[in-house]
Amino acid sequence: MFNVISGILDSGVAPDVGAYEAIATITVGVGGVATADFTSIPSTYKHLQIRAMGRSGEAGSSTNAIYMRFNNDTTSSNYYAHRLLGENTGVYAQSSQAISGMDFIGQWPLASSTASAFGVAIIDILDYASTSKNKTIRSLNGAEGNNTSVCDISLSSGVWFNSSTAVNRITLVPFNGSSFSQYSTFALYGIKG
Amino acid sequence: MASTYVPIATTTLGSSAASVTFNSLGSYTDIKVVYSATASSLVNSRLQFNGDSSSGFYSTQVLYGTGSTAAATRQSNQNSIWVDNTDTGSNVNTTIIDVMNYSNTSTYKTCLIRGSAASTQVDAHVGLWRNTNAITSLTLFPSSGTYSTGSTFTVYGIKAA
Repeated sequence: MFNVISGILDSGVAPDVGAYEAIATITVGVGGVATADFTSIPSTYKHLQIRAMGRSGEAGSSTNAIYMRFNNDTTSSNYYAHRLLGENTGVYAQSSQAISGMDFIGQWPLASSTASAFGVAIIDILDYASTSKNKTIRSLNGAEGNNTSVCDISLSSGVWFNSSTAVNRITLVPFNGSSFSQYSTFALYGIKG
Repeated sequence: MASTYVPIATTTLGSSAASVTFNSLGSYTDIKVVYSATASSLVNSRLQFNGDSSSGFYSTQVLYGTGSTAAATRQSNQNSIWVDNTDTGSNVNTTIIDVMNYSNTSTYKTCLIRGSAASTQVDAHVGLWRNTNAITSLTLFPSSGTYSTGSTFTVYGIKAA
């Protein structure tokens, strides 16, 4: 069991390929989308993983974080997030609870940043179907644009303070009412226990 | 159900090698490379795609910790992505590279990397190849010298729904 999970989450050992299943994929077309929304997530796995690549339609030439909601809960006090961020030559430890979701799960290039450069994120959502403990996540994410405006690598963690409800919907959201741009992709996987 | 997470190829070095190349990456969404290696000296490991060694098309942002210090640094306009610092002797490093959406032909290619030269540091990298071509091969190499005998390199394919 330990090897299966650690193998899949960290790939330190060969995975049991039957324990990791593709659930759904969102690919953004022309014009972009306001959110990436996975609904009706089955509770039949032990953990979930989202592997994402994206870009924001928000004005600007740098990057901005994206965030994530569970079960369409928009109450900011129900979420908390931290990250350790490396940006150019700076290192930053940050926390966030002021938005209507779990912050820092990705860092996307903005509309005028390096053309064709996309941010990437691998998000692990542990024990998402539990009805007895809060739901926690971790994310390795980054964006690189060959310049000092798009240069972020981040180790993030987050919590949804809801112990009694299984996660059955995950919504990824760009900041400032923006959109996810064309060619952004979000793939959801289930990991069996 | 189709296999979602599939081992594609593994190489265990029977003798020292200046580079390791995987030429058959199959048809997946993402590629994951896992390697446990040492080199002939403490050097950067580097990554190139499709044999592209052109100067200037790769860049890397790095976050690392060396015992008591956390720091960040970056490289722009390089001829390869900076993957990790590969150690030597008995100081085996562990590195995991995720190349996202590697076969799409619309975007530049970005990878996430967790590297650990465990005797000296821990680090996370994001690397960019400014090319929209599908990735059909990848090559890892130490910036000087060779990878040591016994180093192992494995490539996995991950297929989205």
